Amino acid sequence: MGEVSPLVILVAAVFTNNILLANFLGMCSFLAVSKRIDTAAGLGAAVIFVTTFTTAINYGIYHHVLVPMGLTFLSYIIFITVIAAFVQFVEMFVERFSPVLYHALGIFLPLITVNCAILGVSLFMIIRNYTFMQSIAFGFGGGVGWTLAIILIAGLRQKMRYSIVPVPFKGVAIAMVITGVMAMAFMGFAGMVTIQ
Amino acid sequence: MIFFLPILVFAGILVALAVALTVAERLLVNYGICKIDINAGDRVLEVEGGQTLLSALIESKIFIPSGCGGRGSCGYCTINVVSGGGAVLPTEMPFLTRSQVRSGVRLACQVKVREDLEVRIPEELLNVQLFTATVESVRTLTHDMVETRFTLGEPAEIEQRPGQYVQLQAPSPEGPVFRAYSISSPAYETGIVELVVRLVPRGIGSTYAHGLKEGDPIVLTGPYGEFRLSEDPDAEIVCIGGGSGMAPLKNILFSVCERWPNRKCWLFFGCRSTRDVFYLDEFRELAKKNPNFRVIYALSDHDSRDGEWDGETGFIHVSVDKHLEAGDVKRQAFLCGPPPMIEAVMKVLEEKGFEEGDIFYDKF
Repeated sequence: MGEVSPLVILVAAVFTNNILLANFLGMCSFLAVSKRIDTAAGLGAAVIFVTTFTTAINYGIYHHVLVPMGLTFLSYIIFITVIAAFVQFVEMFVERFSPVLYHALGIFLPLITVNCAILGVSLFMIIRNYTFMQSIAFGFGGGVGWTLAIILIAGLRQKMRYSIVPVPFKGVAIAMVITGVMAMAFMGFAGMVTIQ
Repeated sequence: MIFFLPILVFAGILVALAVALTVAERLLVNYGICKIDINAGDRVLEVEGGQTLLSALIESKIFIPSGCGGRGSCGYCTINVVSGGGAVLPTEMPFLTRSQVRSGVRLACQVKVREDLEVRIPEELLNVQLFTATVESVRTLTHDMVETRFTLGEPAEIEQRPGQYVQLQAPSPEGPVFRAYSISSPAYETGIVELVVRLVPRGIGSTYAHGLKEGDPIVLTGPYGEFRLSEDPDAEIVCIGGGSGMAPLKNILFSVCERWPNRKCWLFFGCRSTRDVFYLDEFRELAKKNPNFRVIYALSDHDSRDGEWDGETGFIHVSVDKHLEAGDVKRQAFLCGPPPMIEAVMKVLEEKGFEEGDIFYDKF
């Protein structure tokens, strides 16, 4: 994958290969926090921050520690640990500089630890053999894509509070349905750029 | 040896992350020493930053009432933060009215000390003390109620007004918590604190209180509460309670009869059945000393198979309606019991001509 420009990867990660709408990763926190636009945007910002930095750290650890020592099988457990530690750090950071956001995110901040979108981005980086710059672009783009998707859905769900939803579809069910529709809409971007 | 390599690498990475987090914690969570100015210079505290205002104040021996132990679920720990508290957090909103938000009232357990703070605390709360005490006696009153008496240790005397409450420290999986209980011993018994506690299944405080044995050391803070008895000896005192709402009423009635041996007072107490009746003998004894004190117990679910009953039956508000005369009488009512009972009794009292300001109640 040496020849693809990081910029292309960034655009692809946001639109054509959206981690949430194309790969359906990070669904649990997505469904839990997509009821209001402002908290969705807050969580999205935290996810962007975490994906970007964890891909960078994981890239370093993978290529400079695990590969030379032949320990690539450790990558899953180490990626998870790195993400967990980094989320701890973000938690302290947000608490210090934005207590209102900290309280709005509540239990969802630690939830990022188990947000599979973040682990997914790190693993795709390995599978697709990205270079360092490509990884950063993919990490950042993945986060932005996830944020874009959650804000769009939050906007829809916020509007949907005033619409009449059939009783069996109320709540998460209708959220899944509109996520599916949104995913199909995103397929319209498919021809724009292609990465694997 | 090759098997150790993955373990070493993994452990090495963990250590590196732990070190990085510790450094980050030092830099981000450390706020240094902050000053808390209480009542415009009355007292200035210097506390470690980063903790909640509630724990900072408790550390400095200012005992703000808190039923839930700082989890933001009871809403008792309201104090006025003049400056330095930051914006009101969403976790506080359910407990504050709009006018409270405008005037700077906050929940002390949600405000973090990050900078110098200016707060206003009512003078009364500054008088709240922490007492160590030992269990003097434990008496079973009914199948789910115990009366526990504590002999105060340090300080040895408590200055309480009838109707006030203390907070008993109870252990919990998340560290010690405080639970509020009305004082049932009369105000003239300054060396002891007596509580009447109903066992709530899985309740932290009541399970602890029910498990106490003679000689056990305990910790409590108090007194809290703003209720003031009318000092006018001509004003009637009407106490109405039900269920576990006995404690403050007992304190009020015994204190009143001690100070004004002929003052007119009433006790209406509602129970389900004979097995829930307690303190009746004590009150009858008191009624012998004070001819103007009337005791009325009523059973709501009386069944003659449960035993003999010579008192009234039916809901307590019916008895209140039957006995109290209507009209413009100088009197004060204190209600303590479950919300439906309070509502029913309030309606009766209003019909009897009670002023709204003369009715005090404690719903739970």
